[in-house]
Amino acid sequence: MAPDGTDRGSGAARKNHSDRFDRLPATTDERVVARRPTREAVLSWWDERFGIDPAIFEPYSFWERGGGKIWLFYGDVPSPVDIDGLGMLALRARQEHWKPTLEAVQRFGDHATRNCIHLSRPEAARFFAGEDQELDWDGDWGYLIVTHELAGKREPLGVGLYVHGELRSMVPKGRRRELG
Amino acid sequence: MTVLERYEPLVDDPDAFRAACERPLPAVVRVNTIKTTVDRAREALAEVGIASEQTDWHPGMLRLPEAQPGANWPYVHGWLHGQEEVSAVPAEVLDPQPGERVWDACAAPGSKTTQLAALLDDEGLVVATDNNMGRVSALRSNTERLGATSVAVTVEDARNHSLKPFATADDEPGPTTADGALYDRALVDVPCSCEGTVRKNPDVLDEWEFAQVEGVAGVQKGILRRAVQATRAGGTVVYSTCTFAPEENEAVLDYALEEEACELVEFDLPLESSPGITEWLEVTG
Repeated sequence: MAPDGTDRGSGAARKNHSDRFDRLPATTDERVVARRPTREAVLSWWDERFGIDPAIFEPYSFWERGGGKIWLFYGDVPSPVDIDGLGMLALRARQEHWKPTLEAVQRFGDHATRNCIHLSRPEAARFFAGEDQELDWDGDWGYLIVTHELAGKREPLGVGLYVHGELRSMVPKGRRRELG
Repeated sequence: MTVLERYEPLVDDPDAFRAACERPLPAVVRVNTIKTTVDRAREALAEVGIASEQTDWHPGMLRLPEAQPGANWPYVHGWLHGQEEVSAVPAEVLDPQPGERVWDACAAPGSKTTQLAALLDDEGLVVATDNNMGRVSALRSNTERLGATSVAVTVEDARNHSLKPFATADDEPGPTTADGALYDRALVDVPCSCEGTVRKNPDVLDEWEFAQVEGVAGVQKGILRRAVQATRAGGTVVYSTCTFAPEENEAVLDYALEEEACELVEFDLPLESSPGITEWLEVTG
């Protein structure tokens, strides 16, 4: 058995399954499934992209179900696990640029120290309604954590994609609301 | 005889009982303490011009006298969840503690599941089971919106719930060698005839049939038995319904007390309540 709980010998263990959760290998040395992100890579990505200290994620395990969909779960269970939900979908890691989910950003985004774009209330309302908008941003292009002020503090609201002077709303259709 | 008349021998004041069943329900939200605090949620509601009143028994349950829960800034941050006051009672009684392992046997759409996760400070394990794939999608969407990371979802018949996926090498073995670790607590909030939801759904009593009560009671007994078996010695199981019928309440507990290794225990709840009945003038005919 490999350290991620899969059987290195069988063909079934070497590909990704869309109907079960497989724990991410800790490092590339332990990787069985080609291209599966490692826990180390996921923690480094949160740190490098958003400045979230890897220690924040220490109590959580990370899982893949469906190609490149990475789930975050408090604690651990034996891998693989054939159940219907495990914690939250935290990021999509299939493309070159990994994309965090709105849920993960709302839950952990308050630990971020970079690539956070702060919006006024009217801008936040346009963002959450799913609208793209032209905004000034001096930092990196790519996926940003969108914050606005609520109850006296900057609060993470969702994910935007900043390209060509425009902040594109990544709020999933089912989560969008028209808010004042 | 109407359905409610059936229960008049069980209540002190039948007129007050009927009047209570006709009163509409106020809009109520539970503050999701996985993502915020009660104070900040109230501050955010005030900031967006929504009045809220704390209920007298639970500081995190807020009545919204003038608004519906779903379309405001604290809601879209996952700070609020629309949930009736009475729906918040079973998880409070179960009182899970951080680090514990909890089973929610009939979990969808997840109001109580996410409340259990919040009571654990989202540090522990909530296994949320439901047998209806359609309702499970609502459960998953609620757990994600509320930011719960400690919830694992299984779609299966709770009467045959398997502990196996959640076993670890450190666990004590379960009641059979095929089982994983037992739960510290279980919430058995079963499907029922829903008579008590008459305040929000007056039609529920028009569709009432005694055969349905008898049928669902069999399912309830099976789920409660499995929950007792799946809970460790010294653990706690809470059984709850939203119906008045003693066949689905006291009679189900009687069955479990007879068939499984369990006993009734006292609990604290800052709400007026009455103990279950031990006999009933069954009306036949």
